[in-house]
Amino acid sequence: MMRIAVDAVSVTLSGRSILSGIHLVAEEGEIAGLIGPNGSGKSTLLRTVYRHLKPQSGRVLLADRDVRELAPAEAARHLAALPQERGSDFEFTVREVVAMGRSPYQRAFAGESAQDRTAVTDALAQVGLAGHERRSFAALSGGERQRVLLARAFAQQPDVLVLDEPTNHLDVQHQVELLALLRAQRRTTLISLHDLNAAASLCDRLHVLHQGTVVASGKPRDVLTPDLLAEVFGVRAVVVDHPLTGDPLIAFDHRSPVGTAPLS
Amino acid sequence: MAAPAPPRTGVAGEDEPGSTTGTVRTVRAGVAAALLGVALLAGLTAAVSLGSVDIPVGEVWSVVGRRLTGGAAEPGSRDLIVWQLRAPRALLAAIVGAGLGLVGAAVQALVRNPLADPYLLGISSGASLGAVAAVVLGTGAGSAVGFGASGAAFAGALAAFALVWTMARRGGGFSPLRLVLAGVGIGQFLSGFTSYLVLQAGDEQRTRGVLFWLMGSLSGAQWSQLAIPAGAVALGLLVLQARARALNALLMGDETAAGLGVDVVRLRRELFVVTSLLTGVLVAVSGAIGFVGLLVPHACRLVVGGDHRRLLPLSALAGAVLLVAVDTVARTALDNQEVPIGVVTALIGAPALLYLLDRRLER
Repeated sequence: MMRIAVDAVSVTLSGRSILSGIHLVAEEGEIAGLIGPNGSGKSTLLRTVYRHLKPQSGRVLLADRDVRELAPAEAARHLAALPQERGSDFEFTVREVVAMGRSPYQRAFAGESAQDRTAVTDALAQVGLAGHERRSFAALSGGERQRVLLARAFAQQPDVLVLDEPTNHLDVQHQVELLALLRAQRRTTLISLHDLNAAASLCDRLHVLHQGTVVASGKPRDVLTPDLLAEVFGVRAVVVDHPLTGDPLIAFDHRSPVGTAPLS
Repeated sequence: MAAPAPPRTGVAGEDEPGSTTGTVRTVRAGVAAALLGVALLAGLTAAVSLGSVDIPVGEVWSVVGRRLTGGAAEPGSRDLIVWQLRAPRALLAAIVGAGLGLVGAAVQALVRNPLADPYLLGISSGASLGAVAAVVLGTGAGSAVGFGASGAAFAGALAAFALVWTMARRGGGFSPLRLVLAGVGIGQFLSGFTSYLVLQAGDEQRTRGVLFWLMGSLSGAQWSQLAIPAGAVALGLLVLQARARALNALLMGDETAAGLGVDVVRLRRELFVVTSLLTGVLVAVSGAIGFVGLLVPHACRLVVGGDHRRLLPLSALAGAVLLVAVDTVARTALDNQEVPIGVVTALIGAPALLYLLDRRLER
């Protein structure tokens, strides 16, 4: 397991500053959440972490090494990403998609090693899809697809998992299932979430992104205050204890808007 | 295709235990490859055997056997027909077909669209313009198949490649949309020039030469012409096969591929270079033969799925079989006249494509 840290990262896209001077961290074995309104830069930040985007300045540190200085395949052995892409309609089976997670370990022209096969089988079992190997990926439901893609990330056997709003477009049951899977992993995780209550329940630490900067970091209970929710998300809310779980529970006032956050 | 289509969905109960199920498509790919290998040999034999003069299969192989063991040409016209006329043509059909199938599969991954074909990115338009210009303006005069026209075709392909490259690289990186827009736009632009030149081709012989390039043809194949396309296809297969896993990742999305350790921009650049050069070579020797590069990878995916480790070699093999068969039909369907091969591929290819698309939509 490894710690991942974002150190003074700034990203400019098409001449527009998207992120400036971002610092955040997920300690070893910790689930760190990234929350913020639409357009606050969550996806851009995660894309920088999994090396799809290159920061103008700053570094992403895996343990103590800059991910940009690692060979792409080596970086992919330590860090697995689940982007918002949901795959294509090309003809892959469930197993073929999950086996793609092994490609950072495989040389050109080489077949699957016993280790590869074990990793794929284990990953499928973890997401509850053992026995579904031969189904067509394109024909799966949204919830099943997401589990397959998560298994693909698990098959990478990474030290760090990076997930961009993995519960989007899933119904409540599948959301809860997916979060339970992540919780059971006990792996260093950096995850962006739209659902603040899900984030409050899942994450050991939250980073709040607003207009391209981190405006608050800390334990969910300390970060999620009515003032912050009003200022960053533009909503009135109280934070209470969840009657079943004891997690922080944000109860929104759906009647009175506070006014939208100013455009950047 | 050679093997039955895969079941679209399965239920948990009918699957084998986890660690071995990846083998089903592998077995199917092996069977398909074996059947196609046999079909290729049979097709080549038939191609050499059939024609205006039918030559018995036994005699075909005895001529080939004598030639391959270094024996001298036995006097008589049959040796000439088998070895000088039909054998190089059949082999060129196999080489070009293999190349088109291979490039088709790679371009479809490059632009992440199963309806892409080798001619989508404008390269063939450049090649056609080069060849037609050579024929009409006279450098390739008299002989449409001489080195002049082929050389001009390849030069045209390179020019088109340079133009598309310049346009597609902007905005940081050969995105599928940019590639397609640049390729289609430049292709249309160059085709405009080609159309103008076709109108300028006054005499009948030049018009024939022009049609050769626009519809594609394997006539005039010679032994001396086979080495370059054969080497290019072999090299292309090697280079693409080494990137087969990266191609798989690319189909899942650019970000997914990046997360799997693929340098996406570099991969697209390499794919664009390899497919363009290969397309240029193929069009230079045979003109732009349609539908093979679109249809073959599509059909192969139905049999072995989307994994490029199996799809690339199988597409090459299936393309070879298809084009050998189609060229034989084109040569022999009508008495005393050859049907342009592009006409035959379109007549077979369009309905086959509609059938495949219909199947896809049914799921």
